[in-house]
Amino acid sequence: MLDRLRQPWTDQRAGRMLGALASLVLITIILMVLFVAKEAWPMFQHNGLSWLGPGGDVDQQIGQMVNTGANPSGKDYYFRAWPLIWGTMLTTGFAVFFGLIFAVLASIFIVEFAPERIRRIVIPAVRLLAAVPSVIYGLIGILVLVPFVGNHIITQSDKKSVEQLVQINGSSLLVAVMVLTVMIVPIMIAMCVDALHSVPRGWKEGSLALGVNRWRAIWTVSLRAARPAIIASAVLATARALGEAIMLSMVAGSRGFAPNPFDGLLFLLEPLRPVASTIVENSESLQAPAIRSMVYALALLLLFSSLILSVGGYLAKRPLKKYGLNS
Amino acid sequence: MSSFPQTLDDLPPGGFGGSLKSAPSAATAKAPRESRADWRLGDRIGYAMAWAAGIALCLIAASIVGYMGWQGLQYLRPELLFTHPSPEVDQAKSGGFLDPLLGTAILTAVGITIATPIGVGIAVFVVEFGKPRWLARTVEAAIEIVAGTPDIVLAIFGLALFQNSIFSWMSFTAEGGAVFGRSFLTAGAIMSLIAIPMVYGATREGLLSIPRHMREASYGLGKTRASTIRRVLLPAVRPNIATGAVLGMGRIAGDTAIVVILLGATLRLEPEGGLPGLDILKGTGSTLTSYVYNNSPAGEGGSFEKAYAAAFVLLLIVVGLNAFVDVVARRGSKNGLPTRPGGS
Repeated sequence: MLDRLRQPWTDQRAGRMLGALASLVLITIILMVLFVAKEAWPMFQHNGLSWLGPGGDVDQQIGQMVNTGANPSGKDYYFRAWPLIWGTMLTTGFAVFFGLIFAVLASIFIVEFAPERIRRIVIPAVRLLAAVPSVIYGLIGILVLVPFVGNHIITQSDKKSVEQLVQINGSSLLVAVMVLTVMIVPIMIAMCVDALHSVPRGWKEGSLALGVNRWRAIWTVSLRAARPAIIASAVLATARALGEAIMLSMVAGSRGFAPNPFDGLLFLLEPLRPVASTIVENSESLQAPAIRSMVYALALLLLFSSLILSVGGYLAKRPLKKYGLNS
Repeated sequence: MSSFPQTLDDLPPGGFGGSLKSAPSAATAKAPRESRADWRLGDRIGYAMAWAAGIALCLIAASIVGYMGWQGLQYLRPELLFTHPSPEVDQAKSGGFLDPLLGTAILTAVGITIATPIGVGIAVFVVEFGKPRWLARTVEAAIEIVAGTPDIVLAIFGLALFQNSIFSWMSFTAEGGAVFGRSFLTAGAIMSLIAIPMVYGATREGLLSIPRHMREASYGLGKTRASTIRRVLLPAVRPNIATGAVLGMGRIAGDTAIVVILLGATLRLEPEGGLPGLDILKGTGSTLTSYVYNNSPAGEGGSFEKAYAAAFVLLLIVVGLNAFVDVVARRGSKNGLPTRPGGS
């Protein structure tokens, strides 16, 4: 066998071997959907699709699943994941919204305004932020930002006012969004900078020649041309934020509570637990069939969301090709 | 490319004809060469915010590194690096993080060993063969999908996959025949999935940048396509492969979710089976990331001093890998920013 491998390969054989290798990735994705769906099936069997909706305290339901152990009866599968899904939507939505504004401004700065000396600092800084592992962000969040918010921003009367619903101690939506924004901004900046660079120089110069100032030229011409890439970057960042588990389980309070926007600004200080963190935190008790199907059902939800977002990101980038720009 | 904004700077932007006479406002104080005094207010605010965003990025990065460095150097003792951890409540006795450090090294090695050949192979297939066309297209899309899949989903999929009995050789099997599914091999195999897109992307970029005439010269000398790839193209893209592999190593070393779920996150390396070497790969362990997670207030350890020390070492490793890429391999890149979701 080895001897045959050492012989020069014919083109056909090399092509077929590499094609088989490449198909492995496809097979992996198909297997992933199949395996996760198979394990998640009991959850759908007992709850239909209504487990995506609201109803009851999700932490109690998970506790019940852990307690029943190896032989759960049908009603032990009762599960309503809405607080978790709402938590993911809140953290992801806010982080992508603020991150997008921040990333677009920073990319404009890097591409158009930064003097060479400052650019030489900013670009490594972005790359550094992209490289820092999520657990380090989480560590800084839980040891620095959470105590700060708990001691200086939350007042005693705040704590009193939501006492009967939930305890607030600093682990909150606010900290989660802050840290998550810093984590996803580098990805967006990388894509936005590439797109702004690829805007043909003549387009901007044309608009300058028509008498607008530089900011206007960037705002109206460059940004518009780069818009597909900016949208694509937001989509990819959304996928990233959805899947962030470790950092959010560290800073967001790990409480299956749905922050209520009608609580006013206090809602920013309420704890939550997104879908991905729930998976990580329950990975210890996977022997219990109910927990197992719950965890895999949540994983299936994340898997489908990220599949849709990947396709969405691909479609969003397509108009760039129309202009002959590559992202 | 970097000279482009400078040339725009030199142009007299329309509207104010390059006049430098007006007093610099707060926003323009940093760039005295240009006056923005007669821009509209909204434009000036936008300009100031762009500057603020850029400076804020630098400040955030500097404060993270500065804070981690300060805390890390404060709590890092050399003996922490060389003593085994032990599950004691008393932090004076709970030892250091030798095992997690080794775990990071082993897991990174296993992951990248699997990922590099696969990533390179796929890139060669897509760029050089690309036939059948539908397969190449689909594979390209599939790589994007894998890159966009959350690591936590990959981990939980790995657990379901490797608990099947055909994979029992990769991990520990309990008395009743239940396969544990958690080991360095299984975690490494799933880790390779997060590194493959990086290796693939870098190799693909390298292959695409090789001019056609190099291939044609090789065909002209009578070489087949396969041997051209082997003797001409792969040596030419070696720096790209190295870049992708090192970036992939950075991502593997920094990933936590897969370690927590698929490596078992046992404090020490727990070898399984008889063969020396293989027993460690079949056993469970922990890495620096899971050590930090478990020792933070979120985990059960509750020793934040050791979490800081381990996190500092982890940061050094990850930043070191990225710096290595900058210095060695990425000199010719367009703007030096990561083009795919990196970090983690």
